[in-house]
Amino acid sequence: MSTSSAIERAAGRALPLRGQDIDTDRIIPARFLKSITFDGLEKHVFEDDREQTTARGDVHPFDAPAYQGARLLFVQSNFGCGSSREHAPQALKRWGITAVVGESFAEIFFGNSMMIGLPCVGATADDMTKLIAMAESQPATEFVVDLASMSVTGGGLSIPITMPGAIRSALRTGEWDATGLLLANYAEVERVARELPYVTNFA
Amino acid sequence: MSKTLFQKVWDRHAVRVLPNGQTQLYVGLHLVHEVTSPQAFAELEERGWKVRAPERTFATVDHIVPTRAQARPFADLMAESMTSVLERKCREHGIPLFDLASGQQGIVHVIGPELGLTQPGMTICCGDSHTSTHGAFGALAFGIGTSQVRDVLASQCLAMSPLKVRRIEVNGALGRGVYAKDVILTIIGRLGVKGGTGYAYEYAGTTLDRMSMDERMTICNMSIEGGARAGYVNPDETTFSYLRGRQYAPAGDAFDRARAWWQGMASDRGAAYDDVVTLDAAAIAPTVTWGINPGQSVAVDATLPAPGDVAPLDRPGVTEALDFMGFAAGQPMAGTKIDVAFIGSCTNARLSDLREAARVVAGHTVARHVRALVVPGSQTVAKAAEREGLDAIFREAGFEWRGAGCSMCLAMNPDRLEGREVCASSSNRNFKGRQGSPTGRTLLMSPAMVAAAAVAGEVVDVRNWTAELAGVGDGR
Repeated sequence: MSTSSAIERAAGRALPLRGQDIDTDRIIPARFLKSITFDGLEKHVFEDDREQTTARGDVHPFDAPAYQGARLLFVQSNFGCGSSREHAPQALKRWGITAVVGESFAEIFFGNSMMIGLPCVGATADDMTKLIAMAESQPATEFVVDLASMSVTGGGLSIPITMPGAIRSALRTGEWDATGLLLANYAEVERVARELPYVTNFA
Repeated sequence: MSKTLFQKVWDRHAVRVLPNGQTQLYVGLHLVHEVTSPQAFAELEERGWKVRAPERTFATVDHIVPTRAQARPFADLMAESMTSVLERKCREHGIPLFDLASGQQGIVHVIGPELGLTQPGMTICCGDSHTSTHGAFGALAFGIGTSQVRDVLASQCLAMSPLKVRRIEVNGALGRGVYAKDVILTIIGRLGVKGGTGYAYEYAGTTLDRMSMDERMTICNMSIEGGARAGYVNPDETTFSYLRGRQYAPAGDAFDRARAWWQGMASDRGAAYDDVVTLDAAAIAPTVTWGINPGQSVAVDATLPAPGDVAPLDRPGVTEALDFMGFAAGQPMAGTKIDVAFIGSCTNARLSDLREAARVVAGHTVARHVRALVVPGSQTVAKAAEREGLDAIFREAGFEWRGAGCSMCLAMNPDRLEGREVCASSSNRNFKGRQGSPTGRTLLMSPAMVAAAAVAGEVVDVRNWTAELAGVGDGR
């Protein structure tokens, strides 16, 4: 019924990305949406931010050698605000990110990530500060995001994480790809539609 | 029991609670455009599914269409390819497409209401975050991602968790030169860009009661900028008279039946809200964003904040924004020099927006250093504006008059900022790089304020343009 698989945990090194309200235009600028597939988006993740950071003589975390191959992304609050482009979580996932841990997420980004099996879990601002500091000072630290125990551990830290129950359950059972569920018992859908007078234009 | 419109619409469309705890919602109207749908159609076909309700699905091209040279094939081969894919998919699946040749093409959130497709009490989805616009009619309208577009195409349903409802009451009369755009920028400035997370916003109060549908759409459009997944206004006589006679609206006796049903979907008096916020319309000034998110705004006659003026957690954001914009804390907003003036987007490119802007520019000339363009929200808006001679007013003043589309709001077509240009824009997002140049800078404001800035060459307070504004906004 579903083509998706259960997601119980994500593990690996973590890429720390500081900043509040990081919008999806920054994650993947609109010019890279000119495509009829999601292929190759990973090459352009945070492209403009990265170029501007390089121009200032700094190194963006997505360019830092220490974070190549990172599997987790640590962020601050309202990550993924703005446009509904699924290209944003697609670009992150294709780059290699398998879970995002942050203080909070914009709703459409959060939902889009779930739809492609990329868990976004929440932690308090204080705990995010600890996690980001650890990933910055000890980039080789291996972390584990565990949806069973609802914690992220690594480098001696054990941080509680949160996620709405429905989303957690969808990821753990593999039902995050819901199309099959939506098509099941379709007679029920037809009944709901029949009772909506606008469906027949109020005939 | 008293219910909000949100609860009523949700309950009427809820099919069942899915095993994961989300609710399966029936979708009354699915709007499709060329940018977020090709991958959805491809996956649909890979899985061997058909479009379940092509009669409840409508498509147009808006994001990538060039607004100047519109002859096919487009000069931009990728734009041409995305357009052809949408055309082919619509043909194969029997989805009506309002393309450039239809005479009814335009920004998806402008044409849905214009055609009478958007109606009270509906659930509406589109692969675009500004789908919240349609809430102006008392619909529940959600922006969705491409995988959800695939789901809606396949099942005409969406898996969602319910939202809380915050009632935002704006009462009183807006001052002359103050518009719906200023109201929503003020709301976002006050509640923050993430203040709406987990909520649908119900906009109400005497100010909203007196607003036209165009103005209500401007407000609902930017709900997502405040973090709210949806925003709505309860349907009333203004809504019903807007709908009467529209192409897809019910007609004759059916209209009367519809009106009774629509009326019944409005929030009940005494309905309970999760939160209530009130604003005084008289205290709202023309508002301009100075930073890199739509919550970073000030009244046009105010000065820019310093990092020390905000909560400690927000300080890095203010520092980053001032640095990116090249502005100094404490500098006045008015007098900021602009390079480009853009009147367009799903926020502010409807006929009434163009009328207000035209009133300001009439008899004036765009400042010599300013590149100015008007991009009507739809072909229908463009034709109506041309009948009134608005295009001539803009052209004579030195604006370019373009074809309909999203254009410089997100710069997926050739309309974009260059380098560090500063753009006075009637659009909805001032994110870094949003208007096509990674270092370009956007100042969001009302269309009348953009018009005044275009003429002055810098940000000015449109309230001082008393001769131009005579008669505008009176009685609101």
